[in-house]
Amino acid sequence: MKLVSERRGEIIVIRVMDDRIDAAGAIQFKDRMREIIEEPSARVVLDMSNIGFLDSSGLGAVVSVMKALGPIRRLELSGLTTTVEKVFRLTRMDSVFLIHKTLPEGLRHAG
Amino acid sequence: MRAKRCAHVPLPPDIAHMVIDSDMLAVRDGLHYLLSSELMSGLTKDSLSTAEVVLAEVLNNIVEHAYALFPGKIAVSLSFRDDRLQCDISDAGLPMPAAGPPAGILHETLEGTDLPEGGFGWFLIRSLSRDLSYRRQGSTNLLSFSLSANDPPEIA
Repeated sequence: MKLVSERRGEIIVIRVMDDRIDAAGAIQFKDRMREIIEEPSARVVLDMSNIGFLDSSGLGAVVSVMKALGPIRRLELSGLTTTVEKVFRLTRMDSVFLIHKTLPEGLRHAG
Repeated sequence: MRAKRCAHVPLPPDIAHMVIDSDMLAVRDGLHYLLSSELMSGLTKDSLSTAEVVLAEVLNNIVEHAYALFPGKIAVSLSFRDDRLQCDISDAGLPMPAAGPPAGILHETLEGTDLPEGGFGWFLIRSLSRDLSYRRQGSTNLLSFSLSANDPPEIA
């Protein structure tokens, strides 16, 4: 599971480079995310635009990262593809996360 | 020169079949195989996405629960029946609880530290499939369900 993180001021943007978060990769995802979010920041944005598929284990892993952030920081998600969006919506987890259609203005790479 | 003749009889394109080992990476590869089969090319994009979710949940559950104590094989057969995708899945693992497949009810709590990290699997299977049936035959679990093949694109 490859994650690339980048600090933009008070925000850590984490991009998942793999194309799925499934049962085979969920624990690795969780562990890598926990390492990255140890670094303090006001906001954490997870760019999921490469993820074409997420199963319930993957969803559970994203939820556990959200909980690991504690009560003040909230996990923001960006770039949910069709299948990923469907899983979040059906399980009503779309109401738990702040979801951006694309990376918020100013967090996008130039070019 | 021998006449070249293929001994391998390909399955008709109206059936997709596979047998995989009970591990998560085999499930990942198996899903890729099924999703790219000729049979599945008959599904709309949205039905294909739904099928991947349901099949993944079913197969992962078998790996995690039926084969929790010992490894084994999982057989998957897909075919069309009455314009729906019929899915028949068998394994030789532990039986399901007497009451059958879990009800898959979502947790009520959607806040703070009580947020559920699991229990989504059967909810997704039951929400997205129809005609779900389970029976134990000898030492085999047989799970069947059907999936829509022609879901229209969802309006965002």
